Amino acid sequence: MDYLNRLAETFLDWKAIAEVLPAMFSVGLPNTLVLAIVSGIIGCVAGMVLALMGISRNPVARWAARVYTDVFRGLPAVLTILVIGLGFGPIFRELTGVTSPYPMGIAALSLMSSAYIGEIFRSGIQSVDKGQLEAARALGFGYGPSLRMVVVPQGIRRVLPALVNQFIALIKESSLVFTLGLLASERELFQIGQDAAARSGNLSGYVAAAVFYLAMTVPLTHLVNWIDARLRTGRPQKMEPDEAAAVVGKGAHS
Amino acid sequence: MSKFTSGSLEAKNVHLAFGHNKVLRGIDLSVPAGTTASVIGPSGSGKSTLLRVMNRLIEPDAGDILLDGKSVLKENPDELRRRIGMVFQQFNLFPHKSVGENVAFALRKLRKLPKEQAREEALSQLDLVGLKHKADVRPATLSGGQQQRVAIARALAMKPEVMFFDEATSALDPELVKGVLALMADLAKGGMTMVVVTHEMGFSRNVSDTVTFMDGGVVVESGPPGQVFENPRTERLQGFLSDVL
Repeated sequence: MDYLNRLAETFLDWKAIAEVLPAMFSVGLPNTLVLAIVSGIIGCVAGMVLALMGISRNPVARWAARVYTDVFRGLPAVLTILVIGLGFGPIFRELTGVTSPYPMGIAALSLMSSAYIGEIFRSGIQSVDKGQLEAARALGFGYGPSLRMVVVPQGIRRVLPALVNQFIALIKESSLVFTLGLLASERELFQIGQDAAARSGNLSGYVAAAVFYLAMTVPLTHLVNWIDARLRTGRPQKMEPDEAAAVVGKGAHS
Repeated sequence: MSKFTSGSLEAKNVHLAFGHNKVLRGIDLSVPAGTTASVIGPSGSGKSTLLRVMNRLIEPDAGDILLDGKSVLKENPDELRRRIGMVFQQFNLFPHKSVGENVAFALRKLRKLPKEQAREEALSQLDLVGLKHKADVRPATLSGGQQQRVAIARALAMKPEVMFFDEATSALDPELVKGVLALMADLAKGGMTMVVVTHEMGFSRNVSDTVTFMDGGVVVESGPPGQVFENPRTERLQGFLSDVL
């Protein structure tokens, strides 16, 4: 029982958790959401540009997108955040007078997520049947408008689950911004948990942060599954009579 | 079926190669306004490619293409394709848009019709192919034959001067082929200029004004259906006909 008590004190110090909750709600949660949502939006825009470069007929554009994607997908998140934040932070401060490490954190997260999102978009766009592009062009749409109005909308629809997964990853990776050193009002969930843990001498602050992360990521995970299932079965499948019979047949045999 | 403002179409000595693969080797095809030319031949003979070269989905290496007597190679290819409707083997309807929106889409975006007017126009085109009542469903809920009729309505909505059919019935279940062929025959009777790449020898024989037999990227024989089907002169055409008939 001694061990159990010690574990409970370490992780579930209710007093410590209660103390940290207000800061989590008023400071940590908004900051984490701002980091994840802003870099998610920038990542989507930049990712779309990368995807279009990746499928472009211009080899220089394709090559540039390839190199960018390989670099930012290949680096550990913490390294990118530190290098961007510490490297470009001082210049950014001098130019704008903004001392917050937030813009640099968002920039680093956006750089990474755009590399992933670009690949997601590219695979989605390339999965659209070539006949769609041909049909749009045969109607008289140019190559660009055909891509934009016919091919890309279909491609995006197919990769919605992967996009939501990417957003989940961003929520988690936003915690790494703590490495840039944050003021009290800039702290996101993880930093607040860490500070609380340091103060109380146990890990309950981390537990509180974990609950917040899970409260965001678990519903999103289920959203992914729901979208995924809907995309697969939402469209009524046209079944040939013998196909329907085959299904019945399989059921009868099993 | 209403009358169309059809144009004449002519391909002159068209050449096309993909790398070393010479797909078209000097094709001549003349389709006077209001007539139907069918193009037959074995797979890989270049029939479908010829259609795509004539509306410049693929640019020819050499030769000329005349629409209403004027070369189209120097014009804007996007504008050229608005004047030539095309129907595909796999329908290629836009699956994320309703049937009505499939037909209205180009009217809104290319002919810049206001939404209401484009919809009305689309509905009247759908009415012509007997599918007005399906305007608000997604294409995937329709049978193949219905989808192909929507694809024909989509092409006709742009008021083309020429219609291309690229094996339009090859992907259909046998019992659905008839309806689509009947619609195509109606268009031909209505005076639409049509180029029909097909494996339907009955259609080719009964509906078209000229039949062109292609093999290996060249026109082997062409003429009125009576001559081509009853008195094939070349061994290649004789062989092909005995295989398919």
